[in-house]
Amino acid sequence: MNEFLAMGGYAEYVWSAFGLWLVTMGYNIISARRKMRTSLEQAAINAARRQPRTTHKMTKTNDA
Amino acid sequence: MWTWFHKLASPPHFYKVATILAPWFLGVSLLLSALGIWGGLVLAPADYQQGDGFRIIYLHVPSAYLSTAIYALMAGASAIGLIWRMKLAHAVAAGAAPIGASFTALALATGAIWGKPMWGTYWEWDPRLTSELILLFVYFGYMSLRASYEDINKADRASGLLAVVGVVNLPIIHYSVIWWSSLHQGPSIKKLDAPSITGDMLWPLLLMIGASTLFFVAVLLYRVSAEVIDRERNSRWVHELVGESAGAG
Repeated sequence: MNEFLAMGGYAEYVWSAFGLWLVTMGYNIISARRKMRTSLEQAAINAARRQPRTTHKMTKTNDA
Repeated sequence: MWTWFHKLASPPHFYKVATILAPWFLGVSLLLSALGIWGGLVLAPADYQQGDGFRIIYLHVPSAYLSTAIYALMAGASAIGLIWRMKLAHAVAAGAAPIGASFTALALATGAIWGKPMWGTYWEWDPRLTSELILLFVYFGYMSLRASYEDINKADRASGLLAVVGVVNLPIIHYSVIWWSSLHQGPSIKKLDAPSITGDMLWPLLLMIGASTLFFVAVLLYRVSAEVIDRERNSRWVHELVGESAGAG
């Protein structure tokens, strides 16, 4: 196990590259799913604002 | 075929299919990545010249491949969006950019880390390294250009044009190690030649490349779905969608 972690003397290089790989993978998953969530939330806010069209028939709420 | 294509390109249908597929692609890609990491970092024999230091290849090559493949897709999607005014194509390009930028940064970083013990330096103004750095700046330029427009149609056109023009950098990156004498080694896998590395080193690399591609598709599906929601937020189907998921919105 220790021998594996030592990477034949290249431990700092191999494991730092591996760490950056993990960070990049994690960043992509988290940021994509977060974007998905905020887009849905924004759409819900937008939909709620545009819903009561019976009371404000003449008010233009299209802010797209 | 064409009716299928048109149906897929319709935003509500795309959203439905993408959100079903994305978690599956993500799960499978992470599973295959774990296998590839296991094969590359544990099972593969040490290199006779580089010892265990060569194992960085399993992180570096897939990310470098993704950095250019994603750009090619982004530029292709932008061209389709510009020529046929297809909004979903622009959404694909916009969704691909941050993923491509992240893997370009990873390719540069893992390359620098690999360069230190093997070449004696983290960075050299070498043709391959320099053109890859330019690729990162093109991604950043694309994203900040998009962000600078309020109007999404203008953002699509301007950034799409930049993506298409930026394609000239791809052959420069690809052939840089052949055209100029370079610190960077030539390719280990060529389409028409037998690969120059042995089988137990090769399969984890191919697996990592496949897994990275799947991973990209998964993240892209999430991002494009979000783009589609943003663009269609005033349409009936999005209202129905968020009405369902967010209760009485």
